[in-house]
Formats: sequence, structure tokens, C-alpha cells
Amino acid sequence: MSEPQGSKLIRTLLDFDRFTADDVRAILNTTDVMAQVLERPVKKVPALQGFTVATLFYEDSTRTRLSFERAARAQSADVMTFSKGGSSVSKGESLRDTVATLEALAVDAFVVRHPSAGAAHQVASWTDKAVINAGDGRRAHPTQALLDVATYERSVDAPVEGRKLVIVGDVAHSRVARSNAALWRLLGADVTVCGPPTLMPQHGGLPEGVTVETRLDRALDGAHAVMALRLQQERMHEARFASPAAYAEQYQITEARLAGAQDDVKVLHPGPMNRGVEIDGRLADGPQSLVTQQVAMGLPVRMAVLYHLLVGKGGSA
Amino acid sequence: MTTQPLRTAIRGVHVMNGTEDLGVRTAVLSDGRIEGYDLDGPFDVEVDGSGLVLTNAFIDPHVHLREPGFEVKEDLASGLRAAAAGGFGTVVSMANTDPVIDNPEQVRGLLEKAADIPGARLRPAASLTFGLKGERLTDAAALQEAGAVMLTDDGIPVADSDVMRRACEWAADLGLVVQTHSEDPSLRGAGVMNEGAVSERLGLPGNPREAEAVMVFRDCQIAAMTGARVHIAHVTCRQALDVVRWFKAQGAPVTCEVTPQHLTLTDEALAAFDPMVKVAPPLRTAGDVEALTEAFVAGEVDCIGTDHAPHTLDEKRQDMLSAPFGIANIEVAFPLLVETLVQPGRMTLQALLHRFQHGPADVMGWDAPSLEPGSPADLVLLNLNDARTVEPHTFLSKAKFSPWEGDALHGWPVQTWVGGRSVFERG
Repeated sequence: MSEPQGSKLIRTLLDFDRFTADDVRAILNTTDVMAQVLERPVKKVPALQGFTVATLFYEDSTRTRLSFERAARAQSADVMTFSKGGSSVSKGESLRDTVATLEALAVDAFVVRHPSAGAAHQVASWTDKAVINAGDGRRAHPTQALLDVATYERSVDAPVEGRKLVIVGDVAHSRVARSNAALWRLLGADVTVCGPPTLMPQHGGLPEGVTVETRLDRALDGAHAVMALRLQQERMHEARFASPAAYAEQYQITEARLAGAQDDVKVLHPGPMNRGVEIDGRLADGPQSLVTQQVAMGLPVRMAVLYHLLVGKGGSA
Repeated sequence: MTTQPLRTAIRGVHVMNGTEDLGVRTAVLSDGRIEGYDLDGPFDVEVDGSGLVLTNAFIDPHVHLREPGFEVKEDLASGLRAAAAGGFGTVVSMANTDPVIDNPEQVRGLLEKAADIPGARLRPAASLTFGLKGERLTDAAALQEAGAVMLTDDGIPVADSDVMRRACEWAADLGLVVQTHSEDPSLRGAGVMNEGAVSERLGLPGNPREAEAVMVFRDCQIAAMTGARVHIAHVTCRQALDVVRWFKAQGAPVTCEVTPQHLTLTDEALAAFDPMVKVAPPLRTAGDVEALTEAFVAGEVDCIGTDHAPHTLDEKRQDMLSAPFGIANIEVAFPLLVETLVQPGRMTLQALLHRFQHGPADVMGWDAPSLEPGSPADLVLLNLNDARTVEPHTFLSKAKFSPWEGDALHGWPVQTWVGGRSVFERG
């Protein structure tokens, strides 16, 4: 398999700004290998033995944190957990001091989730260890996008190139939407984002070639993959739309609304779902839904990312 | 000032200010005033001014000295000495301290303490509402009596338009300046940088120009309605400038300032996620910088207000949401603008001096700075010839870091006198 960026080790996954399609393909190929590992009776390899991965979660997200920690342990890495509410995070220690402390404890990789955009970039500027952005504000959530691509490609057994992804919902505030738009475009897919005008990004802000559409039927026309975004509680209390019911009336993804999409259209959701708001519960449980597979795919994707950043040579786990 | 100022001769110096040019002279200071030019000795002190410019010390209508309550960031002593190092002889301190400067005793206390500090003169602002809460008016008459020269809730926009109106009615009657941090709080939202292509690219919450422009409109309207002298702090965008320009054309008693950072930096400075350059209102775009520069050069912007806003390095090293707004800049403000505007020929040195001298004096309703014999010897000696690098560790401010670290600038103050007494001398 190809080495990322002329065999120069990629030490950070902050967003996809400096990644080529080949870099991403290398991680996705390793993901396939990791998925096979996870199908073995003993779901553990020694690939990262001797490495220590620290998860720094300044925002509640048990699912993503557990996924990263499991991904590290499945490769025999040691794991240190820093999360909001426990540890020194709640004692007012700064992010910078926490990183310095962990570096002194010989941490090899930082997995950072933070409400402020750029936090992972800041961490990467303070340390030469591996840094993975596990979500920074509304900016980026690259491993979610990787697992979404991997899930879709596995489900149709074909690359996303030339396919049409439609992302529906609160795109303006969604790091999932931003990272998916960037990654699917990087891999040659068409991307349309759709939602109320108050939740659409303004001033550009999306990768080149992304279509913005406020009418759901037009957006879904010919779609191969539809991603419904979680409608955050806080949006429901802002002046963004009349009511959750009014939002659902126009933008909820239902089987009927998928009539104009491709016959084999797949439905994704980054979770956790508001059933009956952004997605019809029956659709979420139906055969077109990839929701469960997305959660499962998080593990091999994060294994592959950790492996690439820490070891740099793909595939032989 | 406890010690008697000495009779000082500054020899062979080019004497000029924002309106006058007296040519190369020997300036003589005594009894705290400019005694005259080319006079005979003896002198207690002689300064070689050859190749240098002697001018009126600058006036800054907008500084945060942080005392009381935030002395870890700055205090009166460090702030007033830093101001003198920046060539300033008089500064107006903001009231957003802890406790807030909202009663006459605090104003008097600040003035008493500042009187013993060898640095710029302190002219305190008092808050417009108690506790900066935007609700109850402070006692403007008593505050003025105690020595406050301005009413402002700076740092926080006055959200309630009727509160703003009634404060302005008091200020108009008393002849006090009302300064406003004009941003519509709800439209500004939680923005930490200019809303635009860069904020969308970086994924940071944006604060649109319109939040500033609509509030500038309200505040100008209330100035026109009440006759109060309303000074718009830190104008940052074309839309706000257009509003101020329109009201000035109608004869409304409105003035405005611009900060050094808004004349020199754009929102692209935030691309590296460095909170050092996080300020409110935010850095805008190159187009706004150009609009501000044109208005500043043309004199449509009355003066520089530095909005010197020191914080600790630890505070500024947090994430982009948590780090406080503000840049400490008072020691580099003048050379930065010499380098940016005078060196490339965008404006004359004299015009720039005007924006640091007569401009702010007019804003405050004070006597015009003068070089005539008998005028206060609040003076600064400038070196326009040699470039010098910004070295934050040499700052007298407690905030020893700067977005302009390493920049080579012309126009540094060499020595500053306040009341004829030397309060700063560059080593």
C-alpha cells in the first residue's frame, strides 16, 4: 500500500486540509485489516504495544471516547483518560498544562475532544506527539467522516467516488457535516447539504463544489447516501425554526421522502438520534439504515488512525 | 509627583506636533512647563535631541489599567509607566475593574494613588451604570466632581436604549463624554471573531459587522437626540464608519476612535488559533482595514484609542472560546502606526501625531496640546530614524507578549516628560 505523503509520517489528524485521497485510502485500507482483526476470536493485536494513548475529553461523549480507548487497547496500547468532571480538567488546569503533564508521563498520542474549534490544533502546536481531533467545536470530526465513508463503501461494496451524499440538518453547527463534506469531496463524491436557511453555513465555509439546498426533495434527488444530522437541543430554543414539529415536517428523513433518491440509497446518522425529529424511527431501523454499522465501524477506523499516526506503516497487523 | 521637576534643555531637536512645526530648536522646560526655546542656561539636565523629534505627549482615551481587582494583569503603576514608555502623557482608564469604578470614592482613590506614580497622568472614566449591569445610572455629577472625565460601561454594550438615553441626558447637562462599546449583544451572540469566510473556514463562532453597525447607529441617534458628546470606541468596519460619517455630517456630537490592531491586523491572524489576537470587537478583513485606514488618514476617525487590554499569558493561552478578549499594545501603538502608515507614505508624521494629540483632546473636550511657551511640559522625544525590534520582555506593562513581537518599527519614544519631569527614558 502507498505511504502517506511520500513516506513522511503523518503525526496529526486534525481535519482533512492537508490530506490527499491516497492518504485517506491508506487509512481506509488499514481499516479493512483492522475489521478482520475484530472478527477473530481473540480481538487483540500487539501492534501498539508500548505506546500510550491519552484521551482528553472536554465535552461529554462517552461513545466516542470509549471507541478510541477500545481501539487503542485492541492494539495493546496503554490508555490514559482525562475527561471533564473527573481529573484536573475540573480543577481548572489549562489544556496546555494538561498536555505538558501528560507529555511528562510519556504519552505518545493525544485524542482531543473540545468545545472550542482549533483546540486540537493548539495541542498539536504544543507537542510533537501524535494528535487526533475527536471533535473541536463545529469545526471538524475527521474520524466520524472516515467511519461514515468506510461504512457506506462496505455496504455497497464500491467507492464513494461519483456517488451523491446529501447531508440534512443543522449543517452550520455540525463538525460531522463539515468533515464529511470535506472527505467525500476529497474522494470524488458529490455533496449536497440541506436544511432550513437558518442552519445553512454562510460566507462559503464549505469545501469547493458542495451544493447548498433548502428544499429537501430537490436535495434528495438521485442521492446514494443520506445523512441526517442530530438536531441539538440548544437549537430548539434559539430562533432558528418555528418548532421541532415544523422542522420535522420539512426536513425529517422518511422512507416516502427517499422516493427520488437512488433505489439502493443508504441512510446514515452520526447518533445519538432524535427519532421522530430528524429521522423517522422506522427508517432508522429499516434495511436502508447503516446506523448500527456506523457505530461498529468506529472501532476499526480509530484503530487504523492510531496505527497510522503512531507506526506509520499500514496494513500488516 | 513628589520631586521638583528640573530645568531641562533638549538641544538640537525638531520641535513639532499635529498642527505646528517649529523647526530645529533647543527646548527648555522648567516648573513643569515649556519655558521657551533657544534660551540661556544654566540647566540642571541637558538632553541631546539631535536627529529626534520633540512633541506633545500623547493622549489615550481608552486604556484598561485593571486596578483594582485584576492587578495580576496590570496595575496603575505598571500601566501608567507602560503608557509613558509608549509616549503617552495622559490616559483615560476604563471602569471595568473589580469593584467597578461606579462611585466617587473610587475615582478619588485612583487619582490619589496615581499621583505618586512616575508615568502618564491618570484621568479615570467611571461606569455609566452601577456594576456595569446596564440598569441603574451612576451619579454622574458626583463622579465628575470626583474627577471622572468619561462615563462608559466599556467592555459591555449598554443593551437598554432608554438607560443609554438617560445617561446621555445627564452627560449632556454636565458636559461629560459618554463612550460606548457599540455592539448589539444578541446579534453579536457568542462570536469570538469576525463573522465571515475565515470564521466559517475555522469553525469559530462569528460576530458580524452588523452587530456593531446597528448599535453605532443607535448610539449616534441618542447623541443627536440628547446633545451628549458620544464617543464611539474602537470602530472596526466600513458599515460602522458609514454610520458615524452620516451622523457627523448632520452635526451630531459624535466622535470615534480606531485601535492600532484594527488598523494593522485582519481576521486571518486567527487562522493559527492563537488567542493572542482575540479582541472585541473582532479583527475584520483587509477591506475593513483599508476603509479604516482611509477614514483615519482623512481625519474622519478622530483619534487612536489603544484599548490597551492586558491579560496574563496564561489567560491568553487558553482555547479560543475561553481566552479573554484584548491585546496589550500601549508601548507599541505609535511606532506600529509610524511603520504601517507614515513609512509607506499613507499619511504624514504630522497627521499621525494629530490623531494622538489634538484628536483625542478634542474628543475629550480638553485644551489643545500646544508647544507654546507656558504650555504643560508633557512631552515625548521620538526617534523616527532608526528601526527597533518589538521585544515584549522589555515592556513595562505586565503583559510581556505581543502579536507584533519581532517586528522592526520606526518611531519609538526615547524619553517622556510629564509636567516637566522625566518619567520614561529608553535604556
